[in-house]
Amino acid sequence: MIEKSIEVHNLTVSYHSKPVLWDVDFSLPTGKIVGIVGPNGSGKTTMLKTIMGLMKPDSGYTEIFGQPLDKVRERVSYVPQRESVDWDFPADVMDVVLMGRYRKNNLFRRISKEDKRIATEALEKVNLLEFAHRQISQLSGGQQQRVFIARSLAQQADIYLMDEPFVGVDAATEDAILQLLREMKNQGKTVVIVHHDLQTANEYFDHIVLLNTRLVAAGPKEEVFTKELLQEAYGGRLTVLSKLGDLISTEEFPLREPEFKENKPEK
Amino acid sequence: MTMVGDAISHAVLPGIAIAYWLSQSRASLWMFLGAAIVGVGATIVIEVLRKKLRVQSDASIGMTFTSLFALGVVLITYWSDSVDLDQECVLYGEIAYVPFNLWLVDGVSYGPIALWSSGALLLVVLLYIIVGYKGLKMTSFNEDYAAVLGIAAGLWNLSLMSMVSLATVVSFESVGAILVVALLVAPAATAYLFIQRLKPLLIASASLGLVGALGGYGLSKVLETSIAGSIATVLGALFLIALIIHSLSARKTNGYAVEA
Repeated sequence: MIEKSIEVHNLTVSYHSKPVLWDVDFSLPTGKIVGIVGPNGSGKTTMLKTIMGLMKPDSGYTEIFGQPLDKVRERVSYVPQRESVDWDFPADVMDVVLMGRYRKNNLFRRISKEDKRIATEALEKVNLLEFAHRQISQLSGGQQQRVFIARSLAQQADIYLMDEPFVGVDAATEDAILQLLREMKNQGKTVVIVHHDLQTANEYFDHIVLLNTRLVAAGPKEEVFTKELLQEAYGGRLTVLSKLGDLISTEEFPLREPEFKENKPEK
Repeated sequence: MTMVGDAISHAVLPGIAIAYWLSQSRASLWMFLGAAIVGVGATIVIEVLRKKLRVQSDASIGMTFTSLFALGVVLITYWSDSVDLDQECVLYGEIAYVPFNLWLVDGVSYGPIALWSSGALLLVVLLYIIVGYKGLKMTSFNEDYAAVLGIAAGLWNLSLMSMVSLATVVSFESVGAILVVALLVAPAATAYLFIQRLKPLLIASASLGLVGALGGYGLSKVLETSIAGSIATVLGALFLIALIIHSLSARKTNGYAVEA
């Protein structure tokens, strides 16, 4: 049997006593890039925050590598939304990446040479080594996102949960991040990504969880990315649906005119 | 944090009034205890409003401190017959009286009480920052990330607010509830214009505070005016000068950038 990275059991979570997730149940394989996809307000970020223990479920529970989060915290890394922190905080890039080395039990100890070496390595991987002593407020959106990913890499975890890492980054950075994610996958790491852009979801992920408060589907992308299931998740949103039509037919008829393929609808 | 300091300095007023009424003495130990309890209590109320009841953070701070401050004013005026507590003294403090309030043991003077209490506070704060440096840095920058690593972010936050509360309470005896905010905010805001790394920023802020205090004292000697007021004025002036220098140099660098 393949080891499961994340298991979510009958999870119901509410915000202001309105359910955001309703009886969601799925499990994820290891060593894959997994996308959590769904329309706005479908509970994607809530899903991630509940797995990370930042929100308490009303019922149900989640497990990571078959254990409660508290037992495996070291093996789990979180990349929050870039907008969730104040980038005017007095720190440079290295300071932030080094935070990936902070642990509950080394909080009162000095940062070691080993920590610095690992952080430097992480910065190298995201191509930001030359910016190590740059003030974080002076970075572009894409660079900030890469700093967050470097911090996460410095944690040397086995599973990475990222909240919208592709928002507000340019195409080159998006490619670079994707390259890195694939490299991580090849090393057997599991990467779970909250993603809102359907256009790219099919291309980026191996495995997809389709959410709309309830679980619509979870499985390998070939099984989940079908017209019926997408319609179920995005039902009623006609503009999105027509875009989906384009998207799926592109998939079904790969021998299209090239200019037609270029003509992807704007989101 | 700026707002929290402001909030606490006002919120402790009912604590002082109640402590004074209960003990019927102006011994600073009682006042300090009363203020400290209410100060930390106020930080907990703010956190509960914000986190558990999901009130916006500025609203929860604003509500807590105005309500408590108002309660303090009501209590002081209500007890004004039996309590000899001067509102102005609480609000503005009077650093000039500090030398008269001596710590006497068996008739031997060990110097002003405020010197000892502020000195002790300095040591406690220094120790707190040095020991808690990583935890404070991490939880202030990114609370969620710290929490995921299993670090008790809530506790760190509470400890920081409690320290702000402690510092405020100990200081306002000499400088008053309003000017203490200037001492909390102005040096750090001034230093931040030029320094954006945490360690140098902390050192620069503390040094600027010292410069402001000495400069303010000198100014008050020359003008024969309120010491605390002069200190805050000097701090404000330093900030203004720093701001002008900063915006001029920013314009210059921008100019170069355009040329290049």
